[in-house]
Amino acid sequence: MSAHYIDLSVWQLVAAAALIGVNLLISIALRLGLAKTLLIASLRMAAQLLLVGFILESIFALKTPLPVVGIGLVMAALASVAAVRRTRRRFPGIYWNSLLSILGSAFLVTGAALVGIIQVRPWFEPQYAIPLLGMVLGNILTGVSLALDRFMDGVAQDRERIEADLALGATRWEAAQPLVNDSLRIGMIPTINAMMVMGVVSLPGMMTGQLLAGAAPTSAVRYQIVIMFMIAAATALGTLGVIGLAFRALFNARHQLCAGRLHAIDRING
Amino acid sequence: MSSPPAEASVAAEPLLWARQLAFEIDGRRLWRELDLSLQPGERLGITGPSGSGKTLLLRTLAGLEPLQHGELEFRGRALADWSMPKYRAGVAYLAQRPSLREGSVEATLRAPFGFGVRRGVAYPVERAQSLLSTLGRDADFLRQRAERLSGGEAQIVALLRALLVEPQILLLDEPTASLDAATVEAVEQLVTLWLAADGKRSYIWTSHDASQLARSTDRRLSLASAA
Repeated sequence: MSAHYIDLSVWQLVAAAALIGVNLLISIALRLGLAKTLLIASLRMAAQLLLVGFILESIFALKTPLPVVGIGLVMAALASVAAVRRTRRRFPGIYWNSLLSILGSAFLVTGAALVGIIQVRPWFEPQYAIPLLGMVLGNILTGVSLALDRFMDGVAQDRERIEADLALGATRWEAAQPLVNDSLRIGMIPTINAMMVMGVVSLPGMMTGQLLAGAAPTSAVRYQIVIMFMIAAATALGTLGVIGLAFRALFNARHQLCAGRLHAIDRING
Repeated sequence: MSSPPAEASVAAEPLLWARQLAFEIDGRRLWRELDLSLQPGERLGITGPSGSGKTLLLRTLAGLEPLQHGELEFRGRALADWSMPKYRAGVAYLAQRPSLREGSVEATLRAPFGFGVRRGVAYPVERAQSLLSTLGRDADFLRQRAERLSGGEAQIVALLRALLVEPQILLLDEPTASLDAATVEAVEQLVTLWLAADGKRSYIWTSHDASQLARSTDRRLSLASAA
């Protein structure tokens, strides 16, 4: 990389942090009650990133696949917990369902891209594997939490309609299909929207980073295209997986809707 | 199993036969040791105060609730041996509150004929029209949006939908609660016509209204004593 970009010093970070003051002022002036949450979020963001900066340096020095996969597992686990915590309802096993679908789809797609498309040598080269996996996970997380939230909401609110179909001989699949379709559609909306306006309205973060680091725009764009297709495929697989598992958790093999397994929570975290 | 045989097993083979049903919800026992049998052509009423579990009993009979305790047979076959969609095609449940998906009334009535359990069975266009004319409604009604119907009209559509699929047993959960007098009469009339059309049919009807149960059922089961 032709590295003639500006290294940021601590005081430059502090200056950037002053920008959050805009949010604080708005929140206080309009009594949005967001000041405290904003502060916590800002501190968390800064602390997490600084920490990751240190960790990544040692991760990028890794020469064996096992620790890289281990870090990937931890990232996937954190993403699956975060995905569930953004939903308004729970059922037993929801965290496992989230983990299974996010882990499966992210590893499958990232692995295929590393080995088959980008053809990194060795395949686990952390400088490629970790950032790509992170981007894929971040997007699956959004898709999974939106789809899961819609599905659980639908089960709770359309319960009577679903059971009216069941009561007239519908299979659990026939009764749930409109809701399943809708949930998958909602899970995919952010990815589709992002692809629609990419490059026109938004310059995606990864591409911007590469450009700042001095990469040729045509080369950065190619990486962005690959990552967007990875994100689209992984989000589709992840939402499909989690909705499939939630469907099995809430509709039993006797074609009964187990609405009792679903309960609302008082407050959404993070 | 060693207890004396229930009265049901003596008569001709019952359509629906239940023994020693019990239902518990959140540790609260709603009813237990509940025996029930339904002969072809029979009209059974179920009474009991609010909270006595009338709806849960019908939902259990419809297979919408897991059978917690006891045995249930339909046409001589245990519930567990039935494929659930087939069972429910024979034992249809009509909820107290109608719930229809968005779409025209006709699409609503046609929907159950799209289920795999009715593969090869066509939507009976003429019968739907004749039932509608019984209610004094014309073909325009079929084009209305189901989600904009009044509560009473939605209940009529839900009942029509259940009648058109020709179940052998109808489980009617307070079908006329919250309906005006004219609609109540229409519902009672529709159900009576449906029952009379085939001697092998029967229904279970729950209601708070004692005079209605006296009018539309032959025999009453009270849940109050079982609670």
